[in-house]
Amino acid sequence: MSELLSAPPAIVAAGVEVFSTALRAQGADVTDVDWRPPGFGRPADLAQLALDPRRATANRTAVERVLAAGSVLVDVRPAREVLDVDERTLLHSGPPLTWEAASGPMRGALIGACLFEGWAATVEEAQRVLAAGEVALDPCHHHRAVGPMAGVTSPSMWTWCLEDPVSGGRAYCNLNEGLGKVLRMGAFNEEVLTRLAWMRDVLGPLLSKAVRSRPEPLDVKAVLAQMLQMGDEGHNRNRAGSLMTLRDLAPAIVAVDAPSADVADALRFIGGNEHFYLNLGMPTAKLAMDAARDVPGSTLVTVMSRNGTEFGIQTAGTGDRWFTAPANTPVGLFLGDFGPEDANPDIGDSSIMETYGVGGFSMAAAPAIVRFVGGTVPDALATTERMYQLTLAENPAMQIPVLGFRGAPTGIDVLAVARTGWLPQINTGMAGRVAGTGQVGAGLVQPPQECFEQALTALAEESRAVV
Amino acid sequence: MSDRTHVSLRSGVYADSVRLMQVSRDIGARDGVTAVLVAMATPLNLELAAGMGLAPDGVVAPDQLLVALRATDDDALAAALTAVDAALAARESAGRAQVVPARTVGAALADAAHPALAVVSVPGPYAALEAADAIAAGRSVLVFSDGVPVEQEVALKRSAHDAGVLVMGPDCGTAIVSGLALGFANVVRRGPVGLVAASGTGAQQVSCLLDAAGVGVSHVLGVGGRDLSAAVGGLATLDALAALADDPGTERVLLVSKPPAPAVAERVADAAGRLAVPVRSAVLGPERPDLTAAVEALLADLGVAIPEWPSRPHAADAVPPGAVLKGFYSGGTLADEAMLLAAPVLGDVRSNTPLRRELDLGTDLRARGHVVVDFGDDALTVGRAHPMIDPTLRLEAIAALADSGEPAVLLLDVVLGHGADPDPAAALAPALQAAGLPAVVALVGTEADPQGWSRQADALAEAGAAVFASNAQAARHALELIGSRDE
Repeated sequence: MSELLSAPPAIVAAGVEVFSTALRAQGADVTDVDWRPPGFGRPADLAQLALDPRRATANRTAVERVLAAGSVLVDVRPAREVLDVDERTLLHSGPPLTWEAASGPMRGALIGACLFEGWAATVEEAQRVLAAGEVALDPCHHHRAVGPMAGVTSPSMWTWCLEDPVSGGRAYCNLNEGLGKVLRMGAFNEEVLTRLAWMRDVLGPLLSKAVRSRPEPLDVKAVLAQMLQMGDEGHNRNRAGSLMTLRDLAPAIVAVDAPSADVADALRFIGGNEHFYLNLGMPTAKLAMDAARDVPGSTLVTVMSRNGTEFGIQTAGTGDRWFTAPANTPVGLFLGDFGPEDANPDIGDSSIMETYGVGGFSMAAAPAIVRFVGGTVPDALATTERMYQLTLAENPAMQIPVLGFRGAPTGIDVLAVARTGWLPQINTGMAGRVAGTGQVGAGLVQPPQECFEQALTALAEESRAVV
Repeated sequence: MSDRTHVSLRSGVYADSVRLMQVSRDIGARDGVTAVLVAMATPLNLELAAGMGLAPDGVVAPDQLLVALRATDDDALAAALTAVDAALAARESAGRAQVVPARTVGAALADAAHPALAVVSVPGPYAALEAADAIAAGRSVLVFSDGVPVEQEVALKRSAHDAGVLVMGPDCGTAIVSGLALGFANVVRRGPVGLVAASGTGAQQVSCLLDAAGVGVSHVLGVGGRDLSAAVGGLATLDALAALADDPGTERVLLVSKPPAPAVAERVADAAGRLAVPVRSAVLGPERPDLTAAVEALLADLGVAIPEWPSRPHAADAVPPGAVLKGFYSGGTLADEAMLLAAPVLGDVRSNTPLRRELDLGTDLRARGHVVVDFGDDALTVGRAHPMIDPTLRLEAIAALADSGEPAVLLLDVVLGHGADPDPAAALAPALQAAGLPAVVALVGTEADPQGWSRQADALAEAGAAVFASNAQAARHALELIGSRDE
């Protein structure tokens, strides 16, 4: 308090302009807040959360756990060994989903996975067993896992096994298939199934042996930090990260006792896939966000995820509860002849990257990405600047060179989203609306505001019940 | 089919895929273009081209640029090709980042200097959000907004106390911090007296009288009109007193308030008595000193001679028999002070902000008899500016009183300083002249105020009003005029 009276204070003014004018006339250092009424939320709910005495400490606790979490690659195992799923279960991205509600690309991926696992011999049979509920569907997020786009993970698929040395937590993600016609984009033709079989029979075992043979586990978080210095944002642009991963894993892969043709195929496959790292970055972000789970009173977002039909979020203060609403459709650029009418609504767990503060939040690190919406470099910088106002911390490990090595804006605060009316910015791939199409483009998308409205209401209810 | 197609491969040209997708999109949007793919000739892109019926012939290397187009006629095709060349040659200009302004007090405070003070004047339902940001950032906050729910005020002040910062307000209209005037405040000299004020116009009256006596203020810390209510319990008053006690520039403290909740007044008095700095009370109440008397007592404490308070006395008008007191105030505390002085002389005085509930005027501001109206009361400022800025309502009331023919003595306050009407006499003097009623004005301000005390006083005196720097003196003068009718 004595600080206030020690010298004429700098003024931060929100509201009526005449005050600032009068203060400036006296020579005061005045900063005007560009204040406007909150974007959504009942005033009583907003105030309830703002004045909840637990909130400041809870949010600090939650975001410090996010920042502290590490991520090392400890193993590569088939999903059935590590994911605690029944034999006839398929994991998928986003909040819970039924076959009936599933979009084209999600259905395509589920069909492809049934064919791949031999649960159906034909597409028609796969549709039948899925429609009959003979294959259980469960979100990846319910199994400490994440998956890009459709995120469909079946028991025979190999998964990256990552560990947070700080909390001891684990997170999992399947292996990235590359671009174009791939299962995660909803394609399930022969080419897709052949590649999945090769990944199961050759790539997975090879990677597993290689990873296990390394004297030190790969520090995946450190790779992400370096990527941001090299023009990647870790969601839609993973070029540097994929090459660094190849560089770091290649000696161990070559040293595996395997046919040289298989080794060459594996290295060619990894080197040819500029999103290879994404499936390592996502569980890295997942580890950090899981570390922040279950902090009562915290308004931090722990999950943003989409299943192609709905967008869902979770918060640290509301546990495993999903807040869902119909997913938006991304806008951006299209491959070949595809256009906006071909794009499926938003899909994938990969928005865990933005939840962690990279991807769209660190757009300033990757100016190339902003052109997906015909924007400019200043747009990229402005996007990241806006995200700083939605988040609780700056991640000192994830630095953005062009912003003077400022840390990535990390830890979305539901209350800040409501007050600014700005929605989180997500960079994303776009799957074709029709099952079997594959990727049609890439672009930018935002969550539906309704998810945050529901979360705000629930957090305020919890606060009222406790405080 | 009359479509025209173009498929070519260019070597030595590289552009990244994002840029090429952008080019493809732009070209595809042109009239007459039905299909386009401008892309590096990777296997994936060749497959896409084949799907569009635009596959190149012969051996293709992935570092070649594929340009594949279909258009409705030759002209459209040629124009599209030209556009492809232009688009590939175009360069973006790297611009500066646009500045993203802070949307919340929290965001703005992140970059603020030390010390900093947040000033919040957003609509009441949202004020606590912004104030809570300041507290969370370890900064003090002045909340000018009214309409903040009292439980939010209590929560803010509790958390501010825990954080070691001060919440001034809500509904805090006046503060001076290290010489910086916030809201409605007068240009007064700096000096050794710190004010803690649950009353804005009360603080203005006191600081202006001190200034007239040559004594300055260190700080004026407003705490909001409800701070000394039972619900809030003096939370900010206690913290403000402690802050002034720690301030090396403050030698004496004066606590200024409307009549407080008795239990709270007692608690505050107890706390004040334990501080290292002497605290004197200018707390209004029946049988308590008025604000001018409290200032005079403080001056005596300081060993400063009590001056003759500035005034422009006016030869007494003929006051009609049966004249009543009509106090038309803009400052709530000044209105309270006038009623406290009038009650022992006149008996019951009715008001929209009455001393006792049974004297409530309700909405009938034009009731006959002894009446004091506070035009600054929240109920009368909904949807309009405070009467210190917008005199319309009060000028209408003066005209209506004159029209009613009720014999009366007018008692008014005019508050000068930052934020107030730049020339209140300009509208008031003609209104007083037109009304033709005996008028007494409490003119709260200093010579250094933008409006200038003497300039305003002269204009009002010219219009026939008696003018006093002390509201208590003004009220007494009005009461004498009413009393004089029998002499």
